[in-house]
Amino acid sequence: MRPILQVKQLHKQFHQLKAVDGISFNVEEGVCLGLLGPNGAGKTTTVEMLEGIKEPDNGSIEYRGGPLNEGFKNRAGIMFQSTALQDFITVREALVLFQQLYPKISDLQQIIDDCALSDFLDQDTAKLSGGQRQRVLLAIALVNDPDIIFLDEPTTGLDPQARHNFWQLIHKIKKQKKSIVLTTHYMDEAYELCDEIIIMDHGKIIAEGTPRNLLSKHFNDVVIQIPHSSDLESLLGSLINRGDWSFSCHQETIEILTSDVSQTIEYLLAAGILLTGLQIRERTLDDLFLELTGKELRQ
Amino acid sequence: MRWQRFISVLKARDREFVRDRSALAWNIAFPLLIILGFAFAFTGDQLDQYKIGVINQTEGSLIDFYEADYIHFIQIDSLEKPLAVDKVKRHQLDMLLDAQSKQYWVNDSSPAGYMLEKVLAGSGGDSYQKQVVQGEQIRYVDWLIPGVLAMNMMFSSLFGVGYVVVRYRKNGVLKRLKATPLSALEFLSAQVVSRLWLIMSITTAVYIGCDLLIGFVMVGSYLNLLLVYALGAFSMISMGLIVAARVKSEEMAGGMLNMLSWPMMFLSGVWFSLEGLHPWVQKLALIFPLTHITQAARAIMMDGAGLLAILPNLAALIIMSIIFLLLGVLLFRWE
Repeated sequence: MRPILQVKQLHKQFHQLKAVDGISFNVEEGVCLGLLGPNGAGKTTTVEMLEGIKEPDNGSIEYRGGPLNEGFKNRAGIMFQSTALQDFITVREALVLFQQLYPKISDLQQIIDDCALSDFLDQDTAKLSGGQRQRVLLAIALVNDPDIIFLDEPTTGLDPQARHNFWQLIHKIKKQKKSIVLTTHYMDEAYELCDEIIIMDHGKIIAEGTPRNLLSKHFNDVVIQIPHSSDLESLLGSLINRGDWSFSCHQETIEILTSDVSQTIEYLLAAGILLTGLQIRERTLDDLFLELTGKELRQ
Repeated sequence: MRWQRFISVLKARDREFVRDRSALAWNIAFPLLIILGFAFAFTGDQLDQYKIGVINQTEGSLIDFYEADYIHFIQIDSLEKPLAVDKVKRHQLDMLLDAQSKQYWVNDSSPAGYMLEKVLAGSGGDSYQKQVVQGEQIRYVDWLIPGVLAMNMMFSSLFGVGYVVVRYRKNGVLKRLKATPLSALEFLSAQVVSRLWLIMSITTAVYIGCDLLIGFVMVGSYLNLLLVYALGAFSMISMGLIVAARVKSEEMAGGMLNMLSWPMMFLSGVWFSLEGLHPWVQKLALIFPLTHITQAARAIMMDGAGLLAILPNLAALIIMSIIFLLLGVLLFRWE
């Protein structure tokens, strides 16, 4: 099947800064694609070029094999990272306003129900909570019954409950087989929602694939976590040459990375280390992200 | 242009304006307060001097008359005689005297004119021929109202479009709209039409309010006045679109709008007549739409001027509107 979006050799430069540096990828029909990357990696610039908001300096973006024309605008749903609505209009009026800008529209009541807007439908949009606001902005992105939906960091700033609530909405949209392009800082969000992910840094794609494939491709070890103590740290230091493992100290835990859990635990027990509080976890997208993009603080 | 999109944006903008109660109240209260303030400030006989316009004053004649106390003699160029006669009609001059033709003009309903006539006769001017003119007294506030209404339109047009669109650009409203099929023409047309009818509604309310509270002179056609104000508001809204076209910061927009509105406020003849100003300032004032609105509205309200008489002002407003609108639309960027 032909991809819904085909991106080839996309470039965008702001003065001396190459924000997007020759990236190519496809967005397949009905797939949720996650764009991940540290601040300044080029995610938002990329997604804004896909949305038709910014013009690329070079390269092409094709929607169903054609250019990003008015037809694309009619079929795309967009939720920006930060956006304001006109002052002094209610949620219902905002939905109707945006609906009337499109030739093909969704059933408004269905959107209201799906996004759980009934309780504050007649409230001024300026007086919504963070979670309510994001749901309204998502609802606006859905008023034209889009084929493809762009969500740029949709849960940034939301509390955990609101984030999970928002994820449920995205799952509902995914069930309708709509294509989604999602940018996020939250790796758990990407893992929860995305079928495929692209990790960007310095304007380039540094990894892409399904979350599980990426993790198995980059990691063959697991993490053993033990509560931190200074004795333990020095003991581990003396054991470091006795196996294929490494460790790192954190404020509350010591993390041991190993590809052979049984052998490592045997070493620990043999060294008389108490394993109270020990936890074993698989590698996550957080680990992958830090491994690929480094741990230094970004501007 | 899709009308449904245009009407949707128009309705949203109207709602925003009407529901912003404080801004709405201020739009009505501001001109009312100014007009009422000036009406009270210039009520009563604060000026105890008689004013006589003199044309072609000759030395040696009417010496006693010219030396009389409490009379302010204003030298007037003979070319401005018709204008000076109009001032006698409006009681802005108590008498006009032409020393060469030995004529004087007084308003038959002016007590001051009657007194000065007696003084002139007793000071050796009994050979001067009396010319009687008629006309109601024009108070300063009557003269002021056409300009203050136009000035209020100016602020409402410039800030209501220029500032608001820049705010939309800054807070991302424009960016969100750009992502929809809405065209720039549809968006800008909705802004212009919304502001135009709101300004006309407010101006009508202020006009009626002022008339009920203090009453003022209106001798011309209401339709002509409506045309002048509508065209004037349209030209200044279009001027606001130029500021709104690309500016991203509200502070910058505020500065630019003040830079446009302040010279217009003081040099368009709203507060004082431009007649006494340097000729090049008078010429400069003609580049401001506010000058043409004020002149045309004043001519209609005070002199009952018809469309033909104010044609130069109307033509100037139409030309300015076209230029401003083209520039505003061509320069416009969503982001």
